[in-house]
Amino acid sequence: MTEQKSNVMISIEDLHATVDGKPILKGIDLTIRSGEVHAVMGPNGSGKSTLAHVLAGRDGYEVTQGRVTFMGRDLLSMPAEERAREGVFLAFQYPIEIPGVSNTYFLRTALNAIRKHRGIDELDAMDFVSLVKEKAELVELDDKLLNRALNEGFSGGEKKRNEIFQMAMLDPRFCVLDETDSGLDIDALRIVAGGVNALRGPERAMLVITHYQRLLNYITPDFVHVLSEGRIVKSGDRDLALHLEEHGYGWIETEPRAAETVPAR
Amino acid sequence: MSSNSLITELTNKEYAAGFVSDIESETIPKGLSEDVVRLISSKKGEPEFLLEWRLKAYRHWLTMQEPRWPKVHYPAIDYQDISYYSAPKQKGGPKSLDEVDPELLRIYEKLGVPLREREALAGVAVDAVFDSVSVATTFKAKLSEMGVIFCSFSEAVREHPELVRKYLGSVVPYSDNFFATLNSAVFSDGSFVFVPKGVRCPMELSTYFRINQAQTGQFERTLIIAEAGAYVSYLEGCTAPMRDQNQLHAAVVELVALDDAQIKYSTVQNWYPGDKEGKGGIYNFVTKRGKCAGKRSKISWTQVETGSAITWKYPSCILLGDDSVGEFYSVALANNYQQADTGTKMIHIGKNTRSTIVSKGISAGHGQNTYRGQVLIQKNAENARNYSQCDSLLLGDQCGAHTFPYIEVKNSTAQMEHEATTSKIGEDQLFYCKQRGISAEDAVSMIVNGFCRKVFKELPMEFAVEAQKLLGVSLEGSVG
Repeated sequence: MTEQKSNVMISIEDLHATVDGKPILKGIDLTIRSGEVHAVMGPNGSGKSTLAHVLAGRDGYEVTQGRVTFMGRDLLSMPAEERAREGVFLAFQYPIEIPGVSNTYFLRTALNAIRKHRGIDELDAMDFVSLVKEKAELVELDDKLLNRALNEGFSGGEKKRNEIFQMAMLDPRFCVLDETDSGLDIDALRIVAGGVNALRGPERAMLVITHYQRLLNYITPDFVHVLSEGRIVKSGDRDLALHLEEHGYGWIETEPRAAETVPAR
Repeated sequence: MSSNSLITELTNKEYAAGFVSDIESETIPKGLSEDVVRLISSKKGEPEFLLEWRLKAYRHWLTMQEPRWPKVHYPAIDYQDISYYSAPKQKGGPKSLDEVDPELLRIYEKLGVPLREREALAGVAVDAVFDSVSVATTFKAKLSEMGVIFCSFSEAVREHPELVRKYLGSVVPYSDNFFATLNSAVFSDGSFVFVPKGVRCPMELSTYFRINQAQTGQFERTLIIAEAGAYVSYLEGCTAPMRDQNQLHAAVVELVALDDAQIKYSTVQNWYPGDKEGKGGIYNFVTKRGKCAGKRSKISWTQVETGSAITWKYPSCILLGDDSVGEFYSVALANNYQQADTGTKMIHIGKNTRSTIVSKGISAGHGQNTYRGQVLIQKNAENARNYSQCDSLLLGDQCGAHTFPYIEVKNSTAQMEHEATTSKIGEDQLFYCKQRGISAEDAVSMIVNGFCRKVFKELPMEFAVEAQKLLGVSLEGSVG
């Protein structure tokens, strides 16, 4: 039991949050252990992206109740940059463009800020370049994109691949993937999922947020949770996702809230 | 923390270069009259022609009105409440750095401009202007071997009066505008550069200006001449100590490029911008103009303007020679209560003349930033081309960006392009950076530097690094 407890990476308890004063999250409970991949699914407007942004510490998302403990520390009291340095990584649904700032310059600044926080020396230019090379191959990222301005003029697929590339570079402990599959064709999806799978490991945990179960054909989750109206209304394993694909989200709302078991297929 | 409160916090950093040094200076009493003009001229031992020129300017100035068209606001300046001459006391001129007052050298150290290091490491010849009189000129010997003259304006008047007489006022006449005319009457010192025919100046020439005497207006005069086929790159950088009284600075810079000559003039300006409430700070009313007199000549202005309470400055090019080229690359920042009204004029007269304008304005705090530019294609300027790009970046919601492009085309073969954008540093950009572990301050600095990249690329390497740091410091406290 104690061993299991020490294994907990993040524990979310009774989390309530509002955006512009409107309640979105209404009591989330979720525990994720090292090495686990959890998928959160749910219809539009159920609070999936809000959960991602609250965990990452975005301004404008106000936590009104509950606690989040990350590696034994109070996550919610940390500013966004500190969460990132402690190892929380959010792969954005809509990655941001920063004109005039090269992809690698951005990444090097980020990497060194994180390394400094962790008490590791800055990477010198040579080591950085070889790390970039190694990780870029993971998601088949075109060399040309490395020296272009961050995400500027990137296609949708390139932006998503770039997110996973950054994830690989920054070596996070806990990765939140916010609808990483949206807007990807099947080839890009395969590449992105391949990158994510390569980053799975016993020391890392992932929260994969998605609307469609399609992504889960490539990234097999250990647990699947269904979010509806700001609460987790069902939890199960991979079969839950398949059931959702077959029956849509409609059946969840018609069933009583208390139902926590995985329906038989 | 909200974007605005971080902006507020970051903007609250004090001016790092703010201190007053206590070097003994010789300052004449306040006030302006013909006698004062004569006194300045005689103190400098000037020839008759220069005194006459000053007096003509002074008399003309009396008939002029201070311009009111710039989009800047400041209390009326009392021109009788200014002392028009101040010189550090020196017996004879220093022959080398060893003879320079150590206190002076310490000030440069404080500003991060150690002459010795620059000398040794950067290979930069520095004509240091402290208040109004040049105190040290280095690398002179090496330059003179190649026939390059780089000295204080006063020395040029003494040693090369024929060159001064020929070119002074040939680009900015004494009657040009209110502040240039005032400068013509009372200018104290400045720099003089002459690069003879076919010579490529082997090093970047650099002058560090510094205003130090309380309530002493600065009236610098710079004249740069590149003869046929010559090339010179000139760097100008400034900081000033903190004080309460507003200070007037009305400089004039004239550039002349003959056939196939190139002049590159780069400025990093960081004069005291005033405090957070907008008190104090330098009034910077500058006239800078270059004449591409010869065929295929080229003049480039690059400026990074982060200081001064008020900036009023339009480095311009007169494209007289056929196939001549004018360029203007500018980053102007207005933070707290700073006001900047800056831009350029490109006057196309010769055939196949080309000009490029890239202006990046950054507004933060209560800053007001105005781009004002004119592109004029004269009747005989066949096949003239201009490309203009004016971008504004806003940090926070209390500041302003304004753009006034004037385009006048009198020849139908001209090609004109104009692009303009206004953007805000987005909360989403900042969050993205923070989510990758980058602090808000570093994120702002990175985003702003990205915005300015096209201009920084034009600066000489060491200067570009300084400029980036300067932008970072100037914006510290200004975002979230």
